[in-house]
Amino acid sequence: MRVKVINLDRTSIASLITLSLIFLLITGAAVADVVTPEVPMGRGAQCVEPIEIMRRDHFEFIKHQRDQTVYHGIRGSKHSLAGCIDCHASKGTEGEFLPINAEGQFCQTCHTYAAVKIDCFTCHATVPD
Amino acid sequence: MSCKPMKKDESVSLAQHRRTFFTQAAAGVSLMALAPGVRLVELAMANSEDSLPSNDKRWGLLVDTAKCESGCDECVSACNSEHGLSGHGRPETDAQWIRKVDLKDEQTGHELSIPILCQHCEDPPCVDVCPTGASFRRADGIVLVDKHTCIGCRYCMMACPFQARSFIHEDLTGQKTHSPRGKGTVESCTLCVHRIDEDQEPACVEACREAGHDALVFGDLEDAAGPLASLSSKTATRELRPDLKLNTGVRYTSF
Repeated sequence: MRVKVINLDRTSIASLITLSLIFLLITGAAVADVVTPEVPMGRGAQCVEPIEIMRRDHFEFIKHQRDQTVYHGIRGSKHSLAGCIDCHASKGTEGEFLPINAEGQFCQTCHTYAAVKIDCFTCHATVPD
Repeated sequence: MSCKPMKKDESVSLAQHRRTFFTQAAAGVSLMALAPGVRLVELAMANSEDSLPSNDKRWGLLVDTAKCESGCDECVSACNSEHGLSGHGRPETDAQWIRKVDLKDEQTGHELSIPILCQHCEDPPCVDVCPTGASFRRADGIVLVDKHTCIGCRYCMMACPFQARSFIHEDLTGQKTHSPRGKGTVESCTLCVHRIDEDQEPACVEACREAGHDALVFGDLEDAAGPLASLSSKTATRELRPDLKLNTGVRYTSF
């Protein structure tokens, strides 16, 4: 069996290194340029959990909370959906609350970005009382 | 292949290792257990054990038909505004949690006007037939629909002898925070469970009193000293369709 040996001289090694460096630079720049959604926070400054935990687990919290409310009548506790809306609903130009699931609003912005459909607001109120 | 015999000092050190490992693991486990423990304490503080629904109570309603006025629908409109029920002008399918029904004894000509709503049965047929467990009876006797698990099959609507349930056919907006409702689910009178949880009486009872009729008495059927049980023990009350032996929480008197 014949093995083809590629002889690389100094110039070609240098050009390969340069090329890979340029590639790294381009991809590195691309990572820094990832567009993340700009989420209107409403008046929410201090969330019920740290932001990183809320981003990852908010649905677990409200799913647990919903059974507490429906079956045990525990209302208005820390992880209630009504609490999310109270804090995160933004106001429009005339001071009226905008639905939290409207395009560009708190819930919908991230869910559009992540392409995850929210089903909460088929039934639940989208503005604070 | 050879198996190397273990020296005594080696086995001791291994046992020590094992012990250290288990001690550390146990410490880890106890730490992990501590975190959910903290959460449980928070929950218990947010709502004490006493306020959880229990079968020491059974919420019910007594309708005094002698006081219920024909043509008055204060209870119906109070219910509609409390829960944000708005129709589409199609009475056949529009949501209706209470309806006023006029009855006439054709032999004697005696007329009667009564509100009919979910009777909050002890043995509810809607709960029996629900394929997903969405229809349920809360520990304190209130029959509810968990709309998170309701698939909208409407078996419960067929099973209910009182036609007390409604199905939502169309997309809704502007729901009330305390009364989530949505397309594709079945709903009925919740006895204003959100108000009961805050020690208030249902909206219909309040409206009936404010209209000066006082035909609806709300209370705990198990509390002998309470308004409902004390009144029910003194007067003859009737269930609708007693033949079905549902032991309803809503009862009627004076007819």
